[in-house]
Amino acid sequence: MREIIVNELTQAFQQMARDIAHYLPRLIVMLIIALIGWVIAYLLKLLVRSLLRLTKFSKLSENSGAAQLLHQAALPSSTELASRFVFWVAWVGFVLLGVSVLGIAGLQEYISKFFFFLPRLFAACVIFFFGLVAASFFSRAALLTAVNANFRSPRMLSLAVRFIIVTFSLSMTFEVLGVAEQTMLIAFATVFGAAMLGLAIAFGLGGQDLARKFLERKFTRQNREEREDELSPL
Amino acid sequence: MAEENLLTDDFLRQLINIGEVDIVVGLSTHNNARTIQPVIAAIQAGILKCFPRERVAIINADGGSQDDTIEQVKNASIDDLRRGSKVYALRTLHSISVQYGRIPDPRRALQTIFSGADLLRARTCVIVSPETTTIEPDWLQRLARPAYHDNFDLVCPIYQRQKFEGALVRNLLYPMTRSIYGSRIREPYGSEFAISGRLVSDFLSNGIIDQDWGRMGPEISVTIFALTGKYRVCQSSLGARPPSSPGTHDMVTAVRRTVGALFASLDGNFPFWSSLRESQPVPTIGTASALPDDTVRINRKRLLDMFANGVAQIEPVLSSILSPSLLSELRRIAALDVDNFDYPEELWTRTVFEFAASYHKSTINRDHIIQALVPLYRGRSLTFVIENRDGSEEEIERREESLCANFERLKPFLLEIWAERK
Repeated sequence: MREIIVNELTQAFQQMARDIAHYLPRLIVMLIIALIGWVIAYLLKLLVRSLLRLTKFSKLSENSGAAQLLHQAALPSSTELASRFVFWVAWVGFVLLGVSVLGIAGLQEYISKFFFFLPRLFAACVIFFFGLVAASFFSRAALLTAVNANFRSPRMLSLAVRFIIVTFSLSMTFEVLGVAEQTMLIAFATVFGAAMLGLAIAFGLGGQDLARKFLERKFTRQNREEREDELSPL
Repeated sequence: MAEENLLTDDFLRQLINIGEVDIVVGLSTHNNARTIQPVIAAIQAGILKCFPRERVAIINADGGSQDDTIEQVKNASIDDLRRGSKVYALRTLHSISVQYGRIPDPRRALQTIFSGADLLRARTCVIVSPETTTIEPDWLQRLARPAYHDNFDLVCPIYQRQKFEGALVRNLLYPMTRSIYGSRIREPYGSEFAISGRLVSDFLSNGIIDQDWGRMGPEISVTIFALTGKYRVCQSSLGARPPSSPGTHDMVTAVRRTVGALFASLDGNFPFWSSLRESQPVPTIGTASALPDDTVRINRKRLLDMFANGVAQIEPVLSSILSPSLLSELRRIAALDVDNFDYPEELWTRTVFEFAASYHKSTINRDHIIQALVPLYRGRSLTFVIENRDGSEEEIERREESLCANFERLKPFLLEIWAERK
């Protein structure tokens, strides 16, 4: 009996030793890959940060309104955030590459999914950022045009333009990410449709007088008289 | 050298038929059938009276007129035998017309006229607006003679204006051009001017029309190009301009086409203007005087509303352009009532210079910067109206001079903010 126990224990230890001997080099390889990955990710971070500073990315994000959003959320600057994002994506990528060396069957699928997801994540970030840039540009253009044309509520018009573009870019971002595609599509259609319907009802019912005045101004002398008040600039 | 590839075969054929000329009169038109007749008649009379021996051609660059503008211009030719009222035309007056596109484009119109003048080897090219119905035959002489006989390269106009006409020219274009480019040209943006063949040729060969400032404001870019080059510039007193009909000048378009071009010109010409310290008078033929009759009705309350509302609404935009101290000063004056309203000279000068520096640094989209200036200009024009409502011609002149002195005095401030880090 005693011999059997000793024999079994010996076999177990031998098996464990064989397993360790089998996995140890892979573990070391994984650690080396992770370490090299960290260095490469760090260098990438520095490179991205310099490139973004060189291209005045922070100014672009300030203009787009992204900087304000980050500030309100107590997050670092857009340049820092983008470079950190690149660092973590690159390092996690290397770590997962190292983990795949271990040959653990269950993890392989998740690792390949992660790498498959990366381009979509990048595309989603780009779409959302440029959505913010476009929203900022067009809302400011609408604001200035409305102010110079002496519209009554220029800010409202500008906000509406910003809201529509941001909603649209958010919907596109989620679609690219594949997160709740149907929900986002339905939500976007509902919000957009509701906004348009609301505006139509508001203008049709609440703004009858405004509509009449607008048309009168457009087609009668009143508009001309107002213009006569403007000084000839040239 | 003219860009011949831009010119149509038909236009080139018409130019070849003419041969060479001494003077080209350029007309840029778009549906001007209503006003072009007296303009052409004045040009014809001016040629017969002042340049009977010279070979003259009228070149009309049309931007897609749907009326009979083109026909009216084409019929303006005078043959050798036709007699004027008291004088004979000794040469044939050719009049040709070309449609450069279906929509009006001042840049392409000027380019077409200049290219035509260059190919015809004209010694002088006179640009006339088809809307200036007050034009007199003498205008042609006053514009063309200094260029044709006295070797001036650019002859700018001086108009007789009503008291409140040309507010943008008086409050921004003249003072800033004078302070930046050092020449006291009263009308840097004139709808009538004369230019020498040499300047035409250099303007085209340097591709000014394709640069930002040339694209935005081709007319003012001619003046700026002449001032920054070694060209002889003078100004000649013409007469009264017809009062602008309501809505003729969309404010944003006018500011974009003049102030936008002026701001854009500052980048490339920095080495030239940064070294200039003071302005010099330019030779002036005749004197400028105001028109006594002033019938323009100005709603001051509405102007103030547009200014105050503009400052309040676009404050986030202004904060990207102006310094915090200047913005708070604007907020303060926006709260004043009409009777106490004052947009002082110095504040206005600083505003314009900070806008110019922001434009240079592209703190936001450049066109948005130009558009954001419009509400502030309305505030300044309100002060212009209040100050000059009961002022005599001398008082208006004195105030204009004082504003110009302010622009010149604060030029170091512009240089300082220009050099600040972007």
